[in-house]
Amino acid sequence: MLNEARAREIFEVVRQAGAADETEVLLETHQSALTRFANNTIHQNVAEEGIHVSVRAVVDGRTARATTNKTDLESLRRVAEQAVASARWQPKDPELLPMPGPQPYKRVERFDDATAALTPEARAAAVEKVVARAEKSGLIAAGIFSSTSAAGALLNSCGLYAEHRETKAEFSVTFLDGGSGWAKGNFTRASELNIEELAARACEKALANREPKEIPPGRYTVILEPAAVLDLVGFLFYDFAGTAVLDKRSCFTNQVGKKVFGENITITDDVFHGGQAGAPWDGEGVPRQAVTLVERGVLKNLVYARHTAKKMNAEPTGHGFPLPNEYGEAPMNLVFTGGTTSLEEMVRTTERGVLVTRLWYIREVDPYEKILTGMTRDGTYLVEGGTVRQAARNLRFNQSLKEMLNQVELLGPAVRAAGEESFEMVVPPMRVRDFHFTEVTKY
Amino acid sequence: MKDWAKWALDTATARGAAYADVRVLDARYRNLSTKNGKVGSVSESESLGLGVRVLAEGAWGFAATDQLTREQIDSTAARAVSIARASARVKKKDIALAPEQKITAVWATPIEKDPFGVSLDDMLKLLFRADEEMRGVPGVTLAEASMSFTRLEQLFVSTLGSQIHQTKVYSGAGLVATSFAENEIQKRSYPNSFGGQHASAGYELVERLELVENARRVGEEAVALHKAAKCPEGKRTILLESAQLGLQIHESIGHPIELDRVLGMEANFAGMSFLTLDQLGKLRYGSEIVNVVADARLEHGPGLGTFGYDDEGVPAQCTDIIKDGRFVGYLSSRETAPALGLARSGGTMRAESWNRIPLIRMTNVSLLPGTWKLADLLADTDDGIYFETNRSWSIDDRRYHFQFGTEIAWEIKGGKKARMIKNPSYSGITTEFWNSCDAICDRRHWTLWGTPNCGKGQPMQTMGTGHGAAPARFRNVLVGVAYAQ
Repeated sequence: MLNEARAREIFEVVRQAGAADETEVLLETHQSALTRFANNTIHQNVAEEGIHVSVRAVVDGRTARATTNKTDLESLRRVAEQAVASARWQPKDPELLPMPGPQPYKRVERFDDATAALTPEARAAAVEKVVARAEKSGLIAAGIFSSTSAAGALLNSCGLYAEHRETKAEFSVTFLDGGSGWAKGNFTRASELNIEELAARACEKALANREPKEIPPGRYTVILEPAAVLDLVGFLFYDFAGTAVLDKRSCFTNQVGKKVFGENITITDDVFHGGQAGAPWDGEGVPRQAVTLVERGVLKNLVYARHTAKKMNAEPTGHGFPLPNEYGEAPMNLVFTGGTTSLEEMVRTTERGVLVTRLWYIREVDPYEKILTGMTRDGTYLVEGGTVRQAARNLRFNQSLKEMLNQVELLGPAVRAAGEESFEMVVPPMRVRDFHFTEVTKY
Repeated sequence: MKDWAKWALDTATARGAAYADVRVLDARYRNLSTKNGKVGSVSESESLGLGVRVLAEGAWGFAATDQLTREQIDSTAARAVSIARASARVKKKDIALAPEQKITAVWATPIEKDPFGVSLDDMLKLLFRADEEMRGVPGVTLAEASMSFTRLEQLFVSTLGSQIHQTKVYSGAGLVATSFAENEIQKRSYPNSFGGQHASAGYELVERLELVENARRVGEEAVALHKAAKCPEGKRTILLESAQLGLQIHESIGHPIELDRVLGMEANFAGMSFLTLDQLGKLRYGSEIVNVVADARLEHGPGLGTFGYDDEGVPAQCTDIIKDGRFVGYLSSRETAPALGLARSGGTMRAESWNRIPLIRMTNVSLLPGTWKLADLLADTDDGIYFETNRSWSIDDRRYHFQFGTEIAWEIKGGKKARMIKNPSYSGITTEFWNSCDAICDRRHWTLWGTPNCGKGQPMQTMGTGHGAAPARFRNVLVGVAYAQ
C-alpha cells in the first residue's frame, strides 16, 4: 500500500528527470478481488493489484500527461520525459493556470482493515449461504461479492501534497426462475453489507415475479426504488458542470437561478456525507466543497474546476478532473434530500401504478430535454388498490428527467444506493406521477 | 516476458493447478483531442503486467500483478491456485474444457504506418484543421476532434505447451460538431459516433478518413437539424446506413449469441439471452437474405475483432451465425463449447488487459453483403426514412426489445432523398426486425465498423468489436416513439 515516504520518493525522481517548469504526480495503488457466481456455482474468481504513476508536466504554458505502472527508476524517468515531450508539441495555452500550492483538507476516514483483508474463503462462505437459500427456494442465484482497497496521493512542484485511502465492499445478487429479483449493496466496510438481507430481498422479489403479465404501455404513477432513482438521476452528473454549461451541452444551459425541478427536490454534492465515498480533493488537489446544486427546485450553483471558475467568474469548488481534459469537472457525490414516506406507504397509498426495482441500459435520447430511455428489470410489479397485485412484463420508458423531477409526489428516506448505470450516491425512493412507458418486451 | 510467464506457469503447476495459462501484456496507449480550437487532452500511457488463470479442484482462479519480480510472480500464481480452491467450495461439477492443440506462433496486426512513430505535432495539426472547418460554420457551438491509438504486445503460454506472441495495433479518429440553439442541442459526428472509425490498423486509417474534407458538412448538418422536420410516429419502411446497422447487429445479434450469456453466466449484470439452446438450427432469426458470420480472421478485414489467436490460445475462426435467415451458431469458449457438443471452442475469448480474465466477446460479427446498389435501393423505396449515425441505443437484458436513436435521418419520397428529419428513432423486437429485412446493399457499400466501447463482465471490461454492414432496408418498423407524448 502506498505511503507518504514512497509517494515523495517517486515524485522526486519524476520531478528531477522531467525538469519541467511545473510537475504534478498522481499516484494510485489498489488491490481488489471479486468472486462471481451464477447457476448456483462460483464460476469466476479474480484478484489483482496494481499501481498508476501519472505525471503532468507544464512547459512554457503547455501541459500534457503521461502514465505508467512501471516504478523502476528508468521507467519513472522516461514517463517524466514523455510528459514534457508531449507538452512541448502543443500550442501555448494562455488560460493555463499555475499549479496550486499546499491546501488544507478536511479528513475523511474511509479505510477499513477488515475489508482490505477479506479473503476468497470468506467470500466463498458468504456465497455458499446465498446459494443454499436459492436452492431451498427452488431458484438459481447469480451475483458478485467484491472488495477493494485503494490509496492515492497527489503531489506537485508547488508543494501540494494530498493523500487518501479507502476500501469498498460490494454484494449484488439476482435470483432467477422464470422471473427474477435483484438486490445490491456497496459500502466502505464489508461489515455494512447485510448479505442475508439483500439475498432475502432478491429472493422474495423473484418469487413474486413469476408469470409476469403484460400491461399496456402508457403514463403510470411509478414507485421507484432507490436503485432505479439512482440510475436515472446519475445522468445529471455532467449537467451540473460549469464546463458543460460553457460548452452549451448541459441541460441546464441558461437555467442557473431558475426553477428547474419541483419544490420537493433539493440536491447537494457532498463528499463528506456519511453515505459517500471518494477523496476530499479533486484532480488538481483542490479541496472538495459541499455545494448546494438545487434548492427546493431552483438551480442554485454549478461545480467548477479552477480554470472553469476563472472563466465563469466563480470560485473553484474542488470538482475538477485531472488535467488536461475536455470535460472540466463534475459532482461525483450527489445527495438528494429525502422525505419520510416509506416504500410500503407509497404502495399502500397508490391506487394504480408500477413498482420498479431497477432499470437497465439507460441511454440519453435528448440531451437538453434530458429524455432518457431504458428498460425495467428484475422485479416490475403492478400496484392496484394499495397492494402489489401482479408481476408485470418489463417495460421500456422514454422519460424526460426534467419532467420527472417536477412530478415527484412522495419521497422516502435517502440512502446510499447502488445500481449499474451510475456511481453509488445518496437518493431516496420516489413516487412519480405520469412516468412514460412507451413499449413492452416479451418477459 | 518468457521468464515471467514460465515462472508463473511453473508455480501454478507446482501448487496443484490442473490447467494454467499466463498472459504477459505490455500495453501502450495514446489519446489526443481538440476542442473549440484548443487542445482538449494529450495523454500517453503504458501498462505492463501479468495475469495467471488456473483450474484447480475443478474450479477457476485468477490473479494478476504488475510487480514483476520473481517473488511477486510466484506469489500471484500461488494466489490464483488458492482462489481456485476457494471457488471449488461452491461448485456443482468440475469445469471441463474443450480440447485444444499446442500452438507456437507469432502474429501481428498488419500496419502501414506505426501511429506511435507519427509526431504529436502532425496529429494535432490535422485535428486543428478539422476543428477550424467545423467552427467556420455559423451556429456550431462546440467542435471536437479526437484520435486514439493502442498497441498491445502479449505473450500467452499455457500448460498445453502453447506459446503465442501477438502484437495488436488499433487506431481510431473522428469528429463531432454540436449546435445549441433555442433550447435544443443537435450534433453530427463523422465518420461515426463513439469517436469515429476504429480498426486494427496503423495511422493510415486516420489519413484515409478525410476528416478535414468532411468537417464543414458535419458542422452544417448539425446546425441545419434545428430547422429539420420532426420524426413521424408510426410504422414505416426504414433504411439504415452501415454504421447504424453495425450497432444494430452488435446489440441484437452479437450479444444474444454469446454462449456465456445464454448459459446464465452473465445473469446478474449483462443479462441473459432469448437464444436458448433449443433455438439453435431452428429459429428463423431473419429473412432469407440475412447472413451473419463471426469472423476473427484477417481475411474478413481489419476489424477490432481481428486477431491471430484468442486469449485462451485458440486460433481465429469464422463461425456462421445466421445462414439464409436461420440461426446456426453461437460465440463459444473452451468452457462453454461442450454445452453445444462442439469439439472445439469458437475462439472468441478476449481480456481487456493483463488484469482481467478472458470472456466471450464478439469478434467481427458482420452482416454479409447483399445484391443492391444503394442508388437502386433508394429508387426502389417509395416512402421511407433513412437513418444515419447512432445517437442513443438501448436493449433489454435478454436482447428482445431495442430502441435506437440516430443523429439525423432523411425522408425518402418517390425513390429520392427528401427532407432532413431531426431526433429520429426506431424500435422493435429483434427477430421481428431481422425478418422484415428485404434488401441489403452489395460489397461496394460494405464497411467493417469498429465499436470500441463494448462493456461486459464484473469487474467491467471494455472491448473493441467489429461489425461489417452495408445499408439495408426493413419494412413495417415502428418509428418516433422516443419523442412520443
